[in-house]
Amino acid sequence: MKQRAIITGAADTAVGELPGSTCMGLHAEAASLALADAGLKPSDIDGVLCAYSFTEPHLMLASVFCEYFGIQPAYSAAIHAGGATGCVMAMQAAALVKSGICRHVLVVAGDNRLSGLSRDRAVAALAEVGHPQFERPFGVTIPALYGLVAQAYMHEYGATPEHLAAMAVASRTHATRNPKAQMRKPMTVADVLASRFISEPLRLLDCCLISDGGAAIVVSAADAARDTAKRAIAVLGTGQKNTHEHLVAAPSLTEFGCRDSAAQAFGRAGVTPADIDVAEIYDSFTITLLVELESIGFFQKGEAGPAALAGALDLGGSLPCNTHGGLMSYAHSGAAGGLFHVVEAVRQLRGEAEARQVRDAELAFVHGDGGILSAHCSLVLGRQ
Amino acid sequence: MTDKPWPVPNADTASFWEGCAQGELRLQRCLSCGAAQFPPRALCARCHAPSPAWEKASGRGRIVSHTRVHRPPSPAFKAEVPYVVALVALEEGPRIMVNLRGTAADDPQIDDAVCIGFDPPAGPNGIALPHAVAAEAP
Ligand SMILES: [Zn+2]
Repeated sequence: MKQRAIITGAADTAVGELPGSTCMGLHAEAASLALADAGLKPSDIDGVLCAYSFTEPHLMLASVFCEYFGIQPAYSAAIHAGGATGCVMAMQAAALVKSGICRHVLVVAGDNRLSGLSRDRAVAALAEVGHPQFERPFGVTIPALYGLVAQAYMHEYGATPEHLAAMAVASRTHATRNPKAQMRKPMTVADVLASRFISEPLRLLDCCLISDGGAAIVVSAADAARDTAKRAIAVLGTGQKNTHEHLVAAPSLTEFGCRDSAAQAFGRAGVTPADIDVAEIYDSFTITLLVELESIGFFQKGEAGPAALAGALDLGGSLPCNTHGGLMSYAHSGAAGGLFHVVEAVRQLRGEAEARQVRDAELAFVHGDGGILSAHCSLVLGRQ
Repeated sequence: MTDKPWPVPNADTASFWEGCAQGELRLQRCLSCGAAQFPPRALCARCHAPSPAWEKASGRGRIVSHTRVHRPPSPAFKAEVPYVVALVALEEGPRIMVNLRGTAADDPQIDDAVCIGFDPPAGPNGIALPHAVAAEAP
């Protein structure tokens, strides 16, 4: 029998505006919560994976975290893959425990991006994603780069502003059931379409939030299930695909690596998109989610928008998606943003999601994308 | 007052920016497989042969996407808001990013034919940024 890595702990801190929080303090809080969730002690952890920080940037963030938290694991590393980082860390942690290098890997990320950075500084820092010579001089922002994708995708597949808005509305509908979510006020398609343009065709409510918060998971060797407190969640399949970094050099403006990344994860898990009960998919912008839903195979090209307008992404729909509220309504705090999706998938599979629980959820799909749909990583998770 | 993020030419890109300052759009072409490429690199990203050659490009292309930016990345761009950023597929194949100027920026459409022009040299390295204007009717 194939030994699967298992997720034994998952947690996040409060999210939103957290005055007085620090990047490392959020890391430590999330780590402590995930260890408590798993029923493990800090000394049980023999591997640590961290990401990156905007407010406390460092070349060696995993070492910084371990020093702060007070552990000296046998293995540690920091991973930079933008929005894909949460899933990439989970994939790497699964590989570490399956190979026998580690038994319990702590994956942790967090940032006080809202209270620790001015809005202008946050926008400026994010714009550094653009190519320094061939994109940034033209005044691009991340919304502008995704706006270019949106315009091309709408032209090719007939998606409309209403279809984009339906993505944001679906997320908000889920968030209204989640007491922890940063944005819980009910919202309509008309509200999205009435918000101001950031970079056409994307409007303010097509964009993710900026938040403080942290998240952590513990990934353990298969036989460690007996040491831990709760129902273990199996990492059934993982996949990745990177096609470019800068949009100017992307092979296509309408076909992205999410298709291959997801196909790899589904193949390794031995399942198909139709088998998935709940999906937690990176949603930095409405267009990000729409492209991914169609490229991954949950919907045909041109059909995700109309399906979302008809409730397909809600509880009881064909694919409940971003049940915590996603990056647009739950929270987005740097690399923790993508980890929130993983944490939510674990909660759904354990049946801990309370008012937003997908009934009998046995199989979850999680996807992260970094850059401008540049780096993709997919996970298929299931009940043990 | 923050300045714009002016390009800093390096060994890979200097010839491109020299061309722009002379009003000439340059692309690289692989001597081994013949592929045209942008952004410039020390090798061909298609067949990995070293040292692609520089050539003068046609400067003609079509808009493959566009976005009108209402929230700029920094105060340095505030005076120009809203401005249009476009991706242009050149006749030679590669895609470049530019701002649209003149009537091309009024109501841009995907597939619109455009020509590459150049801003006056500016910034610490005298960079002439490429832009695109509407192509003359044939
Ligand atoms: Zn070549």
